[in-house]
Amino acid sequence: MDVYLPIANLSVNGLWIVALGGLTGVLSGLFGVGGGFLTTPLLIFYGIPPTVAAASASTQVTGASVTGVLAHGGRGGVDYRMGMVMVAGGVIGSGFGALLFRFFRSIGQIDVVISALYVILLGTIGLLMARESVQTLRGKGNAQAARRRHHPLVASLPMRWRFYRSGLYISPLAPLVVGIAVGILTMLMGVGGGFILVPAMLYILGMSANVVVGTSLYNILFVTMATTMMHSLTTKAVDIVLVFLLLVGSVTGAQFGSQLAVKAKPEILRLILAAIVLMVAFRMFLGLFYQPDEIYTIYPL
Amino acid sequence: MRALLLLAFAFALMGQRDPILVPEVSQHEVQVRQGFTGTELLLFGAVLDPQGRAAGSDYDIVVVLKGPSEPVRLREKERFAGVWVNAASSDFRSVPSYFAVASSKPIADIVDEKTAAIYEFGTAYIQLSPSGVIEPEEQARFKAGLVDLKTRQDLYKQDFQGVQISEQVLYQSRISLPSNVSTGTYTAETFAVRDGRVIASAQAEVEVRKVGFERLVARYSQEWSLVYGLLAVMLSVGMGWAAGRLFALI
Repeated sequence: MDVYLPIANLSVNGLWIVALGGLTGVLSGLFGVGGGFLTTPLLIFYGIPPTVAAASASTQVTGASVTGVLAHGGRGGVDYRMGMVMVAGGVIGSGFGALLFRFFRSIGQIDVVISALYVILLGTIGLLMARESVQTLRGKGNAQAARRRHHPLVASLPMRWRFYRSGLYISPLAPLVVGIAVGILTMLMGVGGGFILVPAMLYILGMSANVVVGTSLYNILFVTMATTMMHSLTTKAVDIVLVFLLLVGSVTGAQFGSQLAVKAKPEILRLILAAIVLMVAFRMFLGLFYQPDEIYTIYPL
Repeated sequence: MRALLLLAFAFALMGQRDPILVPEVSQHEVQVRQGFTGTELLLFGAVLDPQGRAAGSDYDIVVVLKGPSEPVRLREKERFAGVWVNAASSDFRSVPSYFAVASSKPIADIVDEKTAAIYEFGTAYIQLSPSGVIEPEEQARFKAGLVDLKTRQDLYKQDFQGVQISEQVLYQSRISLPSNVSTGTYTAETFAVRDGRVIASAQAEVEVRKVGFERLVARYSQEWSLVYGLLAVMLSVGMGWAAGRLFALI
């Protein structure tokens, strides 16, 4: 099924794009991540211009997270207060991200920066997740009991607020900073940031586990909305037809994903997610060191 | 004896006046709409002598189809401490977004290199107007890189058997436009070549444009970017919400 993408300026096989959206949808339903970290590289690999891929992927993540937020919100799994603080940070962060994007683009290193970020972040988080899930599966090193409630740095910040659903009494500055960091990454990498947000909420803020996924999705929802607007106004690279095709796949996939998530063991799920994350990181790592297919790249002036 | 020969030659030349080219393109407008996967243009026409008869003698035809030009910056990756990063760059003021050459015989057999360069007979001869001061070798390397990249994107092509001439009057050539072509005005130039010299040329235009929904989307994203962004957000939120509701029923 040939579909012409009016902003990307080329025709693609629509079924492939729907399938790709479906794959990321299953991931988001299963793990509570947006799946943007997979969509953007795969779209680029398919031949979509990188800017269009990043911009459209962030719009798609909005749709995928709506479903998740609704589901989690229904059973009290979203800490709205915490979420709003993070969203505020995320909007600030995406502004910074846009500036950084323009700076790295002007010196011509944006693709290297993006690949390096992918390798470092996905590599670190993938390894951490893999180690933890293997330990849990073997039944030794009970991580729950051993870990601190939250990072000592967080406790030293002034002005404390109560976050009832997270079971926390901490300074709102901590989630604000986390939000800013994720906002910057969203703009630069075209990802929702769930794969960074979830560990940050668990290990830095020490939020209670049952609100982590829902609150993360809540944050992703609003931050990707902000990024979509930012992209529409600056790069003008959001391809609405591409977004539609991705969404058809991902909203359906997300439903299957969340049904699967109920049945599967969380440790196994986390191990699978770790493997996928590590695979993407490894592929990006090779890309940095192997001679690229294209030595030359064209930038319109 | 020699004077006589010269005279005879002069007479022969006078009788052989430059022919006229009558070119045509199968479609003057290419509509890019939903489902567009590229198209094929048929460039055809006739070569006649001024009296309107068949030109009669041997000649070759070269057609050049060129898309709208744009200024670009080309960056070159280099290995730096093991990592491939963008290093040198070069600016070109007018890079055709599309370029295709077809001829009835290999270019080297019909014209010399200088003529080929003047008329841009071949992807190696595209005039890109590089700006800034860089060494000729470096410039040649960048140009080769650009042409190679565009060739693999199917946007630059040359086919030295791409023109068929029948009865020494009619010629035709098929040139394909891939789906990733830019919109704008394309020029199709036809050249008749004899004895290493271009004896006639003619030009036709082809308009490539987006129509219908595709045109609307492209225009909105540029001119009404705020509305466009809001629509994109609403689309994704709406679809996500609808799917959630729908699956809740099942």
